[in-house]
Amino acid sequence: MKKLFPILGVITAILLGYALYEALVVAPTEQTMGDVQRIFYYHVPSAWTAFILFFVNFVASVVYLAKRRPVADMVALVTAEVGVVFCTVVLVTGPIWARPVWGIWWTWDVRLTSTLVLWLIYVSYLFLRRFSSSGQTPLLASALAVLGALCVPFVYLSIRFFRTQHPQPVIGGGGSLDPRMLHVLLINWLAFSCFAFMVCWSRYRLEKLQREVDEAEAMASLMAPRGSVR
Amino acid sequence: MNGNGYLFAAYAITWMIHVAYLGTIVSRYSRMRAAVSRQPSAVR
Repeated sequence: MKKLFPILGVITAILLGYALYEALVVAPTEQTMGDVQRIFYYHVPSAWTAFILFFVNFVASVVYLAKRRPVADMVALVTAEVGVVFCTVVLVTGPIWARPVWGIWWTWDVRLTSTLVLWLIYVSYLFLRRFSSSGQTPLLASALAVLGALCVPFVYLSIRFFRTQHPQPVIGGGGSLDPRMLHVLLINWLAFSCFAFMVCWSRYRLEKLQREVDEAEAMASLMAPRGSVR
Repeated sequence: MNGNGYLFAAYAITWMIHVAYLGTIVSRYSRMRAAVSRQPSAVR
């Protein structure tokens, strides 16, 4: 496993570099928006990756609620954290794309607002994990994660059910995407998915180590003679 | 700012966010390693 990590890290870095080249050089220029449309190759894969991470968080939280397995709790925490990072990218790149195309940075339409609400739910989850010292924290966080996950399909489907300024989905939405653009989009999604996996793996190792250190410190305080514990 | 400026800004900010997050992981990992080295017998 120790050898696998750097190998996968190098493969991911090469893939990200190739995906960037495809997005900036190979993908055709969109006729109406011009080069600014290439933000699409970072914005959409980041959104899909965030949705997948929140889905894994949901599954891990359900497993934790059902079986109280610490591994499930760690997976839930890690995927929520990395999912928030990707969701932040979506919320930042979206307005940067909207400004030259729509003429505004932000509008309170259903897709944008529900994405912001989704982000706030998972940020609340992370705040709960970070600042609550109760033994019930993983349980409460799991319940919050299950509720938060209900928001994901709403965000995804909101552009079908409501009139919104946001474009329709590129796959299965009735719109036609140039096959070369779709190819570049999928390469970028693959690259960002591999990157997210590597980040989750690193964060999982950190969380595992953190818990081992906490446990060791707790044991050391119990074993220490009375009066010597601070 | 022209279209290329927005494009560059979006890509640059994306990587700034990812690098900043990776930086927090690395710094927390170093702190953990230091804690482990203080208690080598307690943590594998």
